[in-house]
Amino acid sequence: MTDTIDRSGSNKAEVLDRLVVRFAGDSGDGMQLTGDRFTSVSAAFGNDLSTFPDFPAEIRAPQGTVNGVSAFQVQISDHDITTPGDEPNVLVAMNPAALKADLHRLEIGGTLIVNDDSFDERNLEKAGYDANPLDDGTVASYRVLRVPMTSITKEVCSELGVKPRDADRSNNFFALGLVSWMYTRPTEPTMEWITEKFKTNELVVAANQAAFKAGFAFGETTEAVGHRYEVRPAQMPPGEYTSISGNTALAWGLIAAGQLSQLPVTLGSYPITPASDILHELSKHKQFGVRTVQAEDEIAAVGVALGAAFSGHLGVTTTSGPGLALKSETISLAIAIELPLLIIDIQRGGPSTGLPTKTEASDLNLAMYGRHGESPLPIVASYSPAQCFYAAIEAARIALKYRTPVILLSDGYVANGTEPWLLPDISTLPDISVPFATEFNHTDAEGEPEFWPYLRDEHLARPWAIPGTPGLMHRVGGIEKSDGSGNIDYGPENHAAMTALRQAKVDKVADDYDELEIHGDPDADICLLGWGSTWAAIDSAMQRQRRAGHKIAWIHLTNVNPLPHDLGEKLRRYETVIVPELNNGQLCRIIRAKYLIDAVSAGKIAGLPFTAREIEAAIEDARQAGATS
Amino acid sequence: MSDAAVTITTKKDWASDQEVRWCPGCGDYGILQAVQQLMPELGVDPHNTVFVSGIGCSSRFPYYMNTYGMHSIHGRAPAIATGLAMARPDLHVFVVSGDGDALSIGGNHLIHALRRNINITILLFNNQIYGLTKGQYSPTSEVGKVTKSTPFGSIDRPFNPVSVALGAEATFVARTHDMDRAHMIEMFTRAHAHQGASIIEIYQNCNVFNDGAFGQITAKDSRDAMLVPLQHGEPIRFGNERERGVVLDRGGLHLAEVAEVGEEALLVHDETRGDPSIAFMLSRLAQGPYEPTPVGVFRAVERPEYGAGVNQQLAEAQDDKGPGDLHTLLRSGATWDVE
Repeated sequence: MTDTIDRSGSNKAEVLDRLVVRFAGDSGDGMQLTGDRFTSVSAAFGNDLSTFPDFPAEIRAPQGTVNGVSAFQVQISDHDITTPGDEPNVLVAMNPAALKADLHRLEIGGTLIVNDDSFDERNLEKAGYDANPLDDGTVASYRVLRVPMTSITKEVCSELGVKPRDADRSNNFFALGLVSWMYTRPTEPTMEWITEKFKTNELVVAANQAAFKAGFAFGETTEAVGHRYEVRPAQMPPGEYTSISGNTALAWGLIAAGQLSQLPVTLGSYPITPASDILHELSKHKQFGVRTVQAEDEIAAVGVALGAAFSGHLGVTTTSGPGLALKSETISLAIAIELPLLIIDIQRGGPSTGLPTKTEASDLNLAMYGRHGESPLPIVASYSPAQCFYAAIEAARIALKYRTPVILLSDGYVANGTEPWLLPDISTLPDISVPFATEFNHTDAEGEPEFWPYLRDEHLARPWAIPGTPGLMHRVGGIEKSDGSGNIDYGPENHAAMTALRQAKVDKVADDYDELEIHGDPDADICLLGWGSTWAAIDSAMQRQRRAGHKIAWIHLTNVNPLPHDLGEKLRRYETVIVPELNNGQLCRIIRAKYLIDAVSAGKIAGLPFTAREIEAAIEDARQAGATS
Repeated sequence: MSDAAVTITTKKDWASDQEVRWCPGCGDYGILQAVQQLMPELGVDPHNTVFVSGIGCSSRFPYYMNTYGMHSIHGRAPAIATGLAMARPDLHVFVVSGDGDALSIGGNHLIHALRRNINITILLFNNQIYGLTKGQYSPTSEVGKVTKSTPFGSIDRPFNPVSVALGAEATFVARTHDMDRAHMIEMFTRAHAHQGASIIEIYQNCNVFNDGAFGQITAKDSRDAMLVPLQHGEPIRFGNERERGVVLDRGGLHLAEVAEVGEEALLVHDETRGDPSIAFMLSRLAQGPYEPTPVGVFRAVERPEYGAGVNQQLAEAQDDKGPGDLHTLLRSGATWDVE
């Protein structure tokens, strides 16, 4: 933000380099929709941006209560950004509960826009206020705009013949109109969008458009609103962009993986927050030969995927933590029978139901160790909404090449967040196809050709011979198999050898990785080691630290298991290694155990992503500890 | 399941080179023999056939068939077979399961596979006991059964597998027993020909942990008196001289002497009846395997098969939108150019 606010009344918009707006209201107030519209318009305008939808698990919590507050935070900027911002510059509070829930987030001196009409006795009481916070000094440190949104919206809607009760539903468009004026967002795309979205009901189109225009006009004509600000388009690499959420990118990545492997995709899934949107998205795209089954439970969902994989499809299952726990036994079977299988876990706060709509990255232990027996598997982690597309392709590549289940870890923050995505030229995407076995590969004692289902290739992968292939009939199963022939074998030497082979195969996956990139200052004393969605906050924190003159190095893992060959050597270059993660140190413990490095954990378990400030605090702590030691 | 061209195979082509490791005298041998004898008659290829099983004695079955096979996880075979059969409608998919596997740990998958009408043939070996874990009572064991885990007698009510299948509105439901190879082959042939999910309960003797559980009704000299053959379109009659029959009145099903009620009073079996209620009543005619027990096809109705529905939607989407194009997909939302 700029430091000075021009009150000269000039019509020219003041230029900001970035802006964080948080829309907060009741669950039924349409805040997600409003935030989404503001985002889309800003994306098309050319801003870089990052969003954070923050909503309760209840579909409709008691109206007007703090529990029922739904918020959408978006940062737009004229430069490269990765987070939705630590502190909003603008808070739109549609009712007292929203004010109560979110006022503490607003930066001191920030702009507070409230729907003044909603601050009546009843709503104040429901929000737990004894007195109106707009009058008692609670909001004194902010620039407050008290706007009678409900009454103006009612008035403009009544001219259209809309009943007063129905007009309430258009309040959010009034707020959007006002914010659009204040921050010079184009209006035409939103007007068109309203027409399209509500095309089945002309009266709703008219009401929403009228409310939106009224909000915009209110900004233009009301002196108290002050003058306009603008956030210019970001300098982004040239090309064609779209705005993408993590779950959509992941679904498209799975479709791409099907195309790039020339395999039909079969998804088995059971509805679970925050993963269900992948099932929804994939079920739309049947023209790609994508089959989706909404199974009877999580176990059946992974069973369907494994059955499809046995038959020669790219088998995928999507879930969140509790579902991953249920799939554990089937994943172990996939390890034993060595078939490609993709398991996607959109992590959320746990244990148990935990925080279904809030983010956390605490399933790493489950992904690493949550199976019976010695059952290693590769783990890929996505770190940003757009990158989910590439993470899905990478996970599929590993699964197919090594004939192994692969767990892809995403989280609620990446899944529901959006960012601009420079669309790839699809001809540059990798070919991840693998051949099916079609011929005998062994000779029996009598010199007759035969098929050995566990005879391995140079990657230690066994042949993938799919039903329907003449001559290659074979049986797979959970009982230990003899390496090579695949016959049941309970022998001690064979079990030891097969266990070692399964581990060696997973270890070989690291042979494919590119050299790790060290971001920032490779010659720093402190190195941050991140994985998953902490990418955004680490990136912001590092930029700030470096602007403040500090040197910081940063390594971010997308392949979490097996760890890259060069990770240990690179980490040992640093006096201090800090591992920020949305758990209580799960990766940090792996790093300490594997490399005997005194890595420092910076964990967060709050159902929320890191802010850049929190990462900076961890860096400061480490720096001070280093100085005093 | 039908092949355009009939394949000529022999029983030997269907047996794998693996040594069969059930206990000597186990009823499973008879069922394996029946299936291996049946397969050449179906005119299908071993390489287009898949046996999927769960866990339990019966679930070793795939290892002995020279086809594709998967010995999977306890209870999960119907779920895995769902993915397989849906993905590959060209395959002949069999599920081999037991009373513990299908009705206890895997009960949920069983009813949903039947409900969806997945194109699979389920062979349910019912021996009313857990054999592989050495003799605990199963979900089909009778009340009062004394086993290792119920030293004072079981207090669980048993499931009737045919009733469960009919309750799930399975489209093909039959019952047979391991002592009658010809009847097994007849039932398996009908089940294989059925489009959609078919389930056959097979009374199977576990001679180690539950010997003779069905002996009162399946022994050669008692079959005629104790098994009630269901023949579509025929009055339901049984007995050494076919002197008894089944009557349906307002009070439900009863056994009657044909001489007393007349043949025209007997229930005529209709396996194609849409409402499964009468089939359900027939499935519960006997309180246990010591009373006259119906065997044969209880229900065989036509309903769209799940995989066919899936493939139809794929075909319609491709007709509608053309084959999927990734470049277009990535640009299906709002896009903008940065110079």
